[in-house]
Amino acid sequence: MVRKSSITSLFAGSPIKPLQEHMDKVCECADQLPLFFRASADKDFKTCKRIHKSIARMESAADGLKADLRAHLPNSLFMPMPREQVLDIVRLQDKIANISQDISGIMTGRKAEIPAPIVDLFIAFVQRTVDAAHQARKAINELDELVETGFRGRQIDVVQEMIESLGNIESETDKLERKLRHAMFKIEKEYPPLDMMFLYRMIDGIGKLADVSQQVGARLQLLMAR
Amino acid sequence: MESVLVSNAGIYIGMAVVFGLFMAWGIGANDVANAMGTSVGSGALTFKQAVLIAAVFELSGAVLAGGEVTKTIRKGIIDVSSLGDTPELLVYGMLAALLAAGIWLLVASRQGWPVSTTHSIVGAIVGFGAVGIGMDAVHWGKVGTIAASWVTSPVLAGTISFLLFRSIQKLVIDTDNPVAMAKRYVPYYIFMVGFVIAMVTMIKGLKHIGIKMDMDQNIMVAAIVGASIMAIGTLMIRRIRIDPSADRDFHFTNMEKIFGVLMIFTAMAIAFAHGSNDVANAIGPVAAIVGIVQSAGEIVAKSATPAWILWLGGGGIVLGLATYGHKVIATVGSGITELTPSRGFAATLGAAVTIVLASGIGLPISTTHTLVGGVLGVGLARGIGALNGNVIKTIFMSWIVTLPAGAGLAIFFFFTFKEMFS
Repeated sequence: MVRKSSITSLFAGSPIKPLQEHMDKVCECADQLPLFFRASADKDFKTCKRIHKSIARMESAADGLKADLRAHLPNSLFMPMPREQVLDIVRLQDKIANISQDISGIMTGRKAEIPAPIVDLFIAFVQRTVDAAHQARKAINELDELVETGFRGRQIDVVQEMIESLGNIESETDKLERKLRHAMFKIEKEYPPLDMMFLYRMIDGIGKLADVSQQVGARLQLLMAR
Repeated sequence: MESVLVSNAGIYIGMAVVFGLFMAWGIGANDVANAMGTSVGSGALTFKQAVLIAAVFELSGAVLAGGEVTKTIRKGIIDVSSLGDTPELLVYGMLAALLAAGIWLLVASRQGWPVSTTHSIVGAIVGFGAVGIGMDAVHWGKVGTIAASWVTSPVLAGTISFLLFRSIQKLVIDTDNPVAMAKRYVPYYIFMVGFVIAMVTMIKGLKHIGIKMDMDQNIMVAAIVGASIMAIGTLMIRRIRIDPSADRDFHFTNMEKIFGVLMIFTAMAIAFAHGSNDVANAIGPVAAIVGIVQSAGEIVAKSATPAWILWLGGGGIVLGLATYGHKVIATVGSGITELTPSRGFAATLGAAVTIVLASGIGLPISTTHTLVGGVLGVGLARGIGALNGNVIKTIFMSWIVTLPAGAGLAIFFFFTFKEMFS
């Protein structure tokens, strides 16, 4: 006669580990982007296709993690992080994977090329946005430490610093984006206008990647401020 | 009238012992796991160690400090003087209460309902008392106090646990060198565990086994107990190997190892506390029956609980633990993964102190609910990743469901026994 124990049902699965695993997965997606753009600058469309496929695979793995986390998050939570905020963070994290997949998908579908004069700037921009995602991941990785300290004291400062540096990275990506747009503007007349239109769109998307990463950090700040 | 009691004395005592042993077995098989779950779940104890600690300290808690709650169950709820010349009614009632609580717990467990042993037995006794003997037979004031303690005990445990956790946050976790600070302060917490448990036991428990000491002696002995386990704990902490590379992924791994030592002593405290409080659920009614039968109907208000009955209860708990409870401890322990030793300690000690206090003043409370209170207290300090708030609802449900069920069954069995024996 095993009695259902209030003690075991008290311990809901902590969303922290799944949240961190999800973040690891979406960062893997983003990691593919610099490789992808390097390949598309080299007009190596086969590699592009391969990378896009692997991004799509990782994205769906991340989706699975997200669904799992949502399914196992109890309705009534008594925890250091409100349920809504956990769901919000996972939604934002998921955008990193989705954006990576969208960008690589459209680029692959259109066999889009990157004009030679802006390749280096373009890759640098992509790399920096991926850096932003990684910085957000670093902060999310501190969540278990935050719980261990009960969201108090110097651990808060450590994470606060990480988020500040995330903000710096994000504004660097903004600067790089402006530079890149300016460089594109100077050469755009020499290329098919439609291709240029789409490339601008891609830049938009990549910029969003950094924005979303920063928003993850901002949500973490909200958690700490409570 | 006395002839019924005298002629059936053997049967009554025999039934009481069998039913009581069954209840004690059930407590050992099921409830102990809840008390030990936090220690196993936090990884401070392997499950074998937990079973061993539970066996030793449940038994000592039952024998050394189980007397006061037993007294409450035995004669605090029913006003024995109202029985007049029909003392055998109390025998039927107590037998009925044991059987009712035992069966109800069995049924509820099968169905997976959250129930409490304490609530079942109290509900059963109040039930047969109010219906079988008469509304006046129930000490409603005492029942009110017991019911109130079911609310206050989780709250008190939560408060103590919250404060304990805040204190280790301040003294240890939020410092430049948590490992060094843990080494410095954990021995004092160990002292506190030993002192508090020894103190309450000596003030309230030992008189039931015939030892009496004055206050100064109590404090001295408690301090000696505290100091000696503090010394043992300090030695154990010295033997811990600090591995800096373990802190790379999670920065508090080594600090938690030190709290693991503290958790071992806290586990002993909660096992002791549980034994001291819950043993009464099984043997309180037995003590009442034996008391009446042996005095052949003279309801002696002053007689103490015989020590062999405490041993019976403690032994029954250990038996339940050995035959079945060890499996449940493993199940419950593996269900608790979010707890690190530092919070396991705060939650468990808060509960243990509350339960031992309740045992000291003779209040039967639910160990599980108190422990839930302790865990929620740490949760309020944002110390645990996620807790399921629904549990609070199920606790209220278990009150609402268990009391009438225990009472109803007890009333049924009471009239059955009355028919059978007359």
